[in-house]
Order: sequence, then structure tokens, then C-alpha cells
Amino acid sequence: MPMTMTQKIIAAHTGAEAVEAGELVEARVDLVLGNDITAPVAIREFEKIGAQGVFDRKRIALVPDHFAPNKDIASAEQCKTMRDFARSMGIEHYFEIGEMGIEHALIPEKGLVLPGELVIGADSHTCTYGAVGAFSTGVGSTDMAAAMASGLAWFKVPKAIRVELSGALSGWTSGKDLVLHLIGILGVDGALYESLEFAGQGCPTLSMDERFTIANMAIEAGAKNGIFPVDALTREWAASVSGRAYREYSADPGAAYSRTVAIDLSSLEPTVAFPHLPSNTRAVSRAGNVSVDQAVIGSCTNGRIEDLRVAASILRGRKVAKGMRCIVFPATQKIYLQALREGLIEAFIEAGAVVSTSTCGPCLGGHMGILAKGERAVATTNRNFVGRMGSPESEVYLASPAVAAAAAVAGRLVDPSDIFPAPARTRANKEKA
Amino acid sequence: MSIKGRVFKYADNVDTDVIIPARYLSSSESAHLARHCMEDLDPGFATSVRPGDFVVALANFGCGSSREHAPLALKASGVSCVVASSFARIFFRNAVNIGLPLLECPEAAEAASKGELLEIDLGSGSIRNLTRGCEHRAAGLPPFIREIVAAGGLIEYTRARRPAMAAERGIPWMRKGALCDTL
Ligand code: SF4
Repeated sequence: MPMTMTQKIIAAHTGAEAVEAGELVEARVDLVLGNDITAPVAIREFEKIGAQGVFDRKRIALVPDHFAPNKDIASAEQCKTMRDFARSMGIEHYFEIGEMGIEHALIPEKGLVLPGELVIGADSHTCTYGAVGAFSTGVGSTDMAAAMASGLAWFKVPKAIRVELSGALSGWTSGKDLVLHLIGILGVDGALYESLEFAGQGCPTLSMDERFTIANMAIEAGAKNGIFPVDALTREWAASVSGRAYREYSADPGAAYSRTVAIDLSSLEPTVAFPHLPSNTRAVSRAGNVSVDQAVIGSCTNGRIEDLRVAASILRGRKVAKGMRCIVFPATQKIYLQALREGLIEAFIEAGAVVSTSTCGPCLGGHMGILAKGERAVATTNRNFVGRMGSPESEVYLASPAVAAAAAVAGRLVDPSDIFPAPARTRANKEKA
Repeated sequence: MSIKGRVFKYADNVDTDVIIPARYLSSSESAHLARHCMEDLDPGFATSVRPGDFVVALANFGCGSSREHAPLALKASGVSCVVASSFARIFFRNAVNIGLPLLECPEAAEAASKGELLEIDLGSGSIRNLTRGCEHRAAGLPPFIREIVAAGGLIEYTRARRPAMAAERGIPWMRKGALCDTL
């Protein structure tokens, strides 16, 4: 039976020749990830197993990012539980604040995930690493606990939806617009129990940062994972973050897909997801008159350097609208430093934005920018559920860094090209593609 | 074994942010989670739910984050089983892994209304609506998952297999009293 890319990676980690959609398998994991919310629960469960140690102290990553730097006493205790566990187990990849960042930006940056690897994380956006051609998916704390002890996890082998990309993005459109558009087509459960497999000649035109953004939101269509083929850009990226050897997998010709969704990248427009579902999308040009109180630029979806460059290109030399708040949170310390060196941070501050330390903070209504009742935010994050960023009576509109930055200047949702000339797409990958 | 209880009924896409809002995630203590369970969707839930009651919902129940606090909060509230047209993937595995029973049955989910009385047999998957006098049958759980549930959850399952894993797979740290040789 021909297999999809995801199925081949799973098969390789079970020792079986082949796996079939729907089959339940137990697979070896290359990395187990947890954060300050999910790891403390996992640690408590791990202790009940009675194992003497973790399966491999180099294959566990613990990242305090959600409520860190500790926002209150309770979260300080949670971070401490994690820190103590990391120390007592000799876990190598524990990232204290100062070297940390939002887990899904940090793990690839540190070279802890490479093509063909199998990663589980007690965080739903673990699917982000599909960008590099790995199979990675979100699990719960109990899965994390069992995997920390055994190095194994159970999976139902997913069917796949093929997302056929053609053309190239233009103007202000970005990977975020593509993924919002896709979720709008599929619905929030349109890919339930399935993998999203990206294919077509549109793939190589997307930068790594864009692929991370896209794979990150696979879960928002209910998918188990979203995965990109490995190409020249992936290899170059892999060599830049790690010297480890890895294996490339690609879908077999004739692999079965439950459906194919074709998207022409050149037809996309800047897109926004209205409250309270990521699938509630429409082109921002048809958003109507939506005033906003806060623009949030960052997160594991759009807190990477390209995202900050785009936002800065709009905010530079302009001012955040009077009475409007703009919060920028670079996803990792490294990205923060890079943004500082490139003068992006200066552009943000001069525009009247605040720049936060790397944390999940506002994305999940944790800290650093909570919304009051009746307030509206435009955010480059990935979820706009009721109460996601604060009061259950607040609203979140999901958009790209360009749309969020334009809204910060205009004080309402606007198509960036209405106000700001669209840039020529000069990203490095364009020439390479 | 059958359980009787009342229905708390919800629509499609009940997400983990309403099952247990992130602002309460700085503790995973049961009573705390139970107190705030469903607060943003159904503020009366926490005070009116009684042990044995059922949460019944339509498609994609538990979508959103991977927080195990969501099934834990429902379990801590006394919910004995969640019946839905379909479940979000991570919620499904978390519920299995912590031992919160769930049944996927679109017909039973659509038929039930708030306050009705159900009698559920987890073994057979039978869902009887005592108020309406109708019965539906949910698809059974696959054998591998039944094994995990029967063991009492993934932790117990892993613990029980520890000696076997130590022997068969040569995983020494799974042996009781063994030192982790990767340290
Ligand atoms: S930035 Fe938001 S979505 Fe990403 S890991 Fe943090 S809380 Fe989750």
C-alpha cells in the first residue's frame, strides 16, 4: 500500500514495514516536549509510573513559556516543579528564562527537531514542526508522562488531506493568510483525525517562517499534523540549526488522500478570522468597519523574524493610533536580539508599541495584555475562542503581522494595501525558488 | 455496568477554553478545576452538576488546546461520561489516558436535551434516553484503547507493563530499583 509522508514517518518509528490509516500503533518518539502548564501535571503522573529515570535525558525538552517570567505565585510554583524535575533527572534541554522562548519557535531554532523525526508535545501547537518535514503532534500531559518514561506513544495512523499549492504569494499576503483561508475552507473540524499534507509547486516559494506559521495552525482545522515536503530550503535550514544526521521522507506516488484542496497562492488576499472561531474567515477588505483596541503581534504562529520585519515595515515612521495599544512579543530571545540589531525594536517603540519579553503571555489571556469586557483585539496568534485573550466578553480577530500592524496605525481593521504600498516580495526564498 | 444521570447539553465546537479557561490553569487541583468547569459557556454548570451526570454535545467536542485540565475538570465535576457527535483528537486521547469515559454517537447526541435522564452502559455502548424512551448504540472503543481504559488509564497501563518493557525492549530504567543508565 502506498503511504503518505506522515504514514511513512510513523511506520519508520514503529519498526513496521508499513502502516495503514486507522491502525493503532505504538511508536518510538525522538523528542518529548512540555511547558509550564502541561509539564507539572505530567511530572506528577510520571512519578506514579515508578520508573527510575527518564527514557533519555537528551530527548526531553521543557520550556517555561506560558506564564513565564512567573506571573504570580501559582505559576512560580509550576515553573519550579519543572525546574526541579529537569535538574533531578538531568534533562539537558530545559530552557530557563534568559535563553528561552515560545516552545514552538525555540525547539526548531535549537535544532531539536529535524526532517523525518517524530515529536510529541503536551501542547496542541506541537504540529508546528511539520514545517521541517517532521511528524509532530500535540498530546496531553499523561501521554507526555508515559513517553518520558518509555520513549513510546500510541497513535491512530491518520488519513490525509492533500493541500495542493500553486502560484506564489504577492503583496501583503503571507503564510498566515493562506492558513486562515484554508481553515475557512475546511472548518475547525474539517481535518479531524487527519493529516494535512502540503504539496505542489507553491511549496518551495514559501519561506521556512511561513511554513512554521502554516503548520502551526493545522490543529485549528482539527488536524493531527500539517506537513511540508523537504526541499532545498529545508535542508539549508536544517544545516543552519544542527549538525545531526536526519532522514528525508516523501509521500509514495499513488498514496491515498481523503480529499484534495487546491489553492492558488497568487489569488489570496489579506484574510482575517472573526470571533469566535479560526474558521470564521473573510478577506480583510470585506471586514467592514471594525474598530480595535489592541493589536498583538507575536506568538508561536507569527513571532518570528520575518513577521517582525513585516510589522516594522508598516510601523516604522508611523504612530500607533491614539487610544490604541500595540504589543509586540518576539517568540524567542534570539529573535528578539536579531530584531534589536536590525532596528526593528526601535521602530516599534518609536511608533508607540510596547515590546514584551518572549512569553506566550497575551496569546492565551495569561498576562502582559489581557482584554477587558467589550474590548477587541487583532492578533497574529492562532485562536480566537471566547475568552481566549481575557474577558469572555472580549473579541479576538486573527490576522497576519501586516494586517495587525496596519490596524495598529489605523485603529481599525484595514487592508494594508489601502494605506501602505505593498512591498515587492524580496524575501530570500523568492530568489531561491 | 450502567450509569444513570442527567444531561447537560451543548452545541458544536465546545472548546477547551470554555471547558476550563486559561486564567485558572495555574493550578491543576481537582476541586479548583471543578469549581470553574464550563464557566464561560454555562456559568450554572459547576453548582448544578451532580456525580454521574453526563455532558452531551454535538461535533468536535474539546477542540482547542491540549490542556488535560479539560477532561480532568469534567471528571472532577463528577461527569461520568461525555457523549458527543465527534471529539477533537487531543481531547479524545486525554480523556482515554486519564480514564474519563467517552462515547461517540451522533444520533444519541442530537436526540438528547438538557435535563433529560440517560442510562449508559459503557461496556456495550448502549445509550438509553429514559425521558424520551429511545435507545442508541455508540461504536465501541478499539481493543487497544479498551486495554488502556481497562488498566485505569495510560499511567497504570505503562506501570503494569514496566517489567515487560524492561525485559523485552531492554529499557533498564523501567525496572524497579534500576538506575537510569543514561544519566
Ligand atoms: S504562543 Fe499561544 S498558541 Fe503558541 S504555545 Fe504559547 S499559548 Fe500556545
